[in-house]
Amino acid sequence: MNWASSLRLVAAEEFLSVSGLVLLLVCAWAGDKSARLVTWLAVAALAVAGVLVAPALCGGVFGAEASAFYGQYAADSFSSFAKLLIYGAAGASLLVAPGFFERQGGYRAEYPVLALFAALGMGLMVSATDMLTLYVGLEMNSLAAYVLAAMSRSDDRSPEAGLKYFVLGSLASGILLFGISLTYGFAGSTSFDAIHTALVGKMSTGSLFGLVFILVGLSFKISAVPFHMWTPDVYEGAPTPVTTFFATAPKVAALALTMRVTLFAFGMQAQAWQQIVVAISLLSIVVGALGAIGQGNIKRLMAYSSINNVGFMLIGLAAATPGGAASMLVYLSIYVVMSIGGFVAILSLRDAEGNSVEKIADLAGLSRSKPGLAFVLAMVMFSLAGIPPLFGFWGKFVVFQSAVAAGLVPLATVGIAASVIGAFYYLKVVKVLYFDEPADKVVGSVDGVHAVLLYGSAIVISPIGYLFTGWLGGLAQSAAAALFHAA
Amino acid sequence: MTGFPILSLMLAVPAVAAVAALFASAGAARTIALVATLIDLALGLDLWANYQIGGPQWQFVEHAQLFSGFSWALGIDGIALVLIVLSVFLMPICIGASWDAIEKRVPEYMAAFLFMETLMIGVFAAQDLFLFYILFEAGLIPMYLIIGIWGGVDRIYASYKFFLYTLLGSVLMLIAMLWIVNLTGTTSIPVLMEYNFPLQAQYLLWLAFFASFAVKMPMWPVHTWLPDAHVQAPTAGSVILAGVLLKMGGYGFIRFSLPFFPEASAYFAPLVWGLSIVAVVYTSLVALVQSDMKKLIAYSSVAHMAIVTLGLFAFNRQGLEGSMVVMLAHGLVSGALFLCVGVIYDRLHTREISRYGGLAINMPYYALFFMFFTMASVGLPATANFVGEFLSLQGIYKASSWTALIAGTGIILGAAYMLYLYRRVAFGDQKNADAAAMPDLTVREYLLLTPLVIATLWMGIYPESFIAPIRADIAHLDARLAAARPAGDAQVTPGHPVASDEHHESAEHNGEGSEK
Repeated sequence: MNWASSLRLVAAEEFLSVSGLVLLLVCAWAGDKSARLVTWLAVAALAVAGVLVAPALCGGVFGAEASAFYGQYAADSFSSFAKLLIYGAAGASLLVAPGFFERQGGYRAEYPVLALFAALGMGLMVSATDMLTLYVGLEMNSLAAYVLAAMSRSDDRSPEAGLKYFVLGSLASGILLFGISLTYGFAGSTSFDAIHTALVGKMSTGSLFGLVFILVGLSFKISAVPFHMWTPDVYEGAPTPVTTFFATAPKVAALALTMRVTLFAFGMQAQAWQQIVVAISLLSIVVGALGAIGQGNIKRLMAYSSINNVGFMLIGLAAATPGGAASMLVYLSIYVVMSIGGFVAILSLRDAEGNSVEKIADLAGLSRSKPGLAFVLAMVMFSLAGIPPLFGFWGKFVVFQSAVAAGLVPLATVGIAASVIGAFYYLKVVKVLYFDEPADKVVGSVDGVHAVLLYGSAIVISPIGYLFTGWLGGLAQSAAAALFHAA
Repeated sequence: MTGFPILSLMLAVPAVAAVAALFASAGAARTIALVATLIDLALGLDLWANYQIGGPQWQFVEHAQLFSGFSWALGIDGIALVLIVLSVFLMPICIGASWDAIEKRVPEYMAAFLFMETLMIGVFAAQDLFLFYILFEAGLIPMYLIIGIWGGVDRIYASYKFFLYTLLGSVLMLIAMLWIVNLTGTTSIPVLMEYNFPLQAQYLLWLAFFASFAVKMPMWPVHTWLPDAHVQAPTAGSVILAGVLLKMGGYGFIRFSLPFFPEASAYFAPLVWGLSIVAVVYTSLVALVQSDMKKLIAYSSVAHMAIVTLGLFAFNRQGLEGSMVVMLAHGLVSGALFLCVGVIYDRLHTREISRYGGLAINMPYYALFFMFFTMASVGLPATANFVGEFLSLQGIYKASSWTALIAGTGIILGAAYMLYLYRRVAFGDQKNADAAAMPDLTVREYLLLTPLVIATLWMGIYPESFIAPIRADIAHLDARLAAARPAGDAQVTPGHPVASDEHHESAEHNGEGSEK
């Protein structure tokens, strides 16, 4: 391994850093006039970065040939899978931003640059094979995200969301760092490889504490119960394009990171973390479902829905098998598409003055005034609930399949029974959209880019999506294999 | 058998029409729906005509490895064939019943029904476990919308209840299916039907499948969603619910529970009998006191479905064949009864029995049709129900004579509540002026009801047409169940044939007697 090959492996990150810096200069010189241009350039940069990482996934690269900087960073097929999702989600949430912020009174050119740096940080997170790389990536993403949450200065809720996110996020980072230091103390290294080989056999109490603190920090980042309290407030307060971003890209990054830490670094201690994962997964499913029932704001509802969905994904993690990891990746991919579809639909809900409509009650009878929009939103809801023939079912299906294959039948049974509770609040939205008398609050149309994203995601979550199951499953399996090959 | 993919075509026609209807105007959507369902009816009849009785067990087989983890595998045996024919036969009638009754949001309504048809045919034709599950579950979405958008006053409560009840039942089945596939490594239903599952596993698996099918059927005590859903659904929704959706539960038992887990089925048979006889007696009594016509017929559906489960778990050919015939007959007759209610509901917009009375005076032809289907529901000989109920009860008598005795009272109670309903609606004084002013059947309504009369009589007088395709499959299933069959308490033995000349003499004697 030499510097040249290491630098070649991190090509996507280099490219994103340079483009981010160049675009920052453009903002500085051209000001907010250039915001739209910078947005498009940022999307293009993400696309190029996607092209740069794709070969690793298609080639199924793993192990030593993907490792850079003396085992601190891995450009394997697993990270490539996660990065493609992250870049795609970040790109989609950038595309919908200009329209929203211009209506809010001013789109600022820093926004796309911050999103770009956040994506860069997330790329580092999913590629990290060292606790320190992990932490640097996580903080790089988080710092950008705190600012993004507070981006809308005219809306009181936005700075509040940013502050909440910052305070709680820092706390979680601190806990994570504490866990890392404990683990370092007991494993003698921060490298995942070394931790993997050091922690075998019975775990000492100290290293168990390290594991627990790391899991707590990560649970905060993936907003799993009981570390989920920030999610509804931040989702509600942040500007909707930022919420779209939070619900998709950082979720992929944090979950992928969690997978690498648990399945690889602590891979020999599966029994130690499995029960924790089972507990937080069931709690997330139940609390996410029950918490959503009383919500009157659709963004808060989506926040609880994301908590609920993370719970289902963690069932795949609890399986602690390559199949379980692959099923999580499949679920994540479908979840990202569903979330983008859902949030783009929410972004398109505007009243006569052009303000966003967020109250669920105001969507009453939307199916009559805006049939297309209501149809897609209803599809997203049924899909999030996991009702076949919509594609959301497939995510739940593969996760439960891997759980059953790993012998976790009771977990699967309880989890799937709890999914019925979740179905209730998704149905409530459909009921408001279709059964209630029109409130005629929502006007405005779905334009250009929004329509492409909206109907594009609708096609993916329609039964047509099942035609991709073979392809998606194959990619996810190759990605998951990279995670386990090292182990 | 490889050839023209007629089953895929039958699925594609309504699916494509559903999308087309969604984008069409109200009038065009009606026409699209009618044409598409008639095309499917023609294809269904073609399927029936080309089905080789005594041919291979699975016919019109299609297989395409389109998905990861499961495949697009279709194929039918006789049991699936008759249920598909029932579905495609009822669909144009449903569309016709909604022609004028549905005024708002017609394109969405027609799209929902067409989508429903795709799913129903798919459920019966699926040969892959997960394909079956997806189609089985997917039916919740259109039915939820049909009840919730076009239903009556309490439609929202009913739609939630329908959705969540059936979803909870089904998800447990999904876990059982995942376990099965994990164990056996195949998703093919025909292969699994011959697989011998380990005995300890059978019990839990059976219960998981039972949870789903019992709710769908519905069996007492998880039947309570049905009266609500029926009452609130529009007429055509009730027809499809009673006619086809309830059959999915029975189909599930005969396709999955019995052949997959014969030993567990035998073990749990007394449970099924117990729940069924409670259902027969209890729901019949409940039906007797209903003041809402649709609710009454809904409860009668529960009672009829209980006869089906009794026959299925009788573990003999009479019972199984009888259950199949009851399912078909119930599909026709209860569908027709809901249509009859729909006819007067469209005129007076109430289902209260007391708001009607003396309709035989101003609507004589309607009263005639209603009388026919009332009698058919009671199980009068020469109608379809008689054949099925007779066989089912005969089957259950072999297995458990006490059960048969109590279930038999259901027939009497059935006569009681149906005739009482008919008396209050059609006979007596014309108490209400508005009901007395209602016009008789229109041409459209004749066109809807007449095919049902013909089919009911056909099935009652010459049931062979419907039993012939299923005979081999029932025999196959019966052979699979033979080892597990519980010993009956009735100890039925064939009688000793009487010597032929004596018989001849007595016949002559009788003949002479009647001439006198």
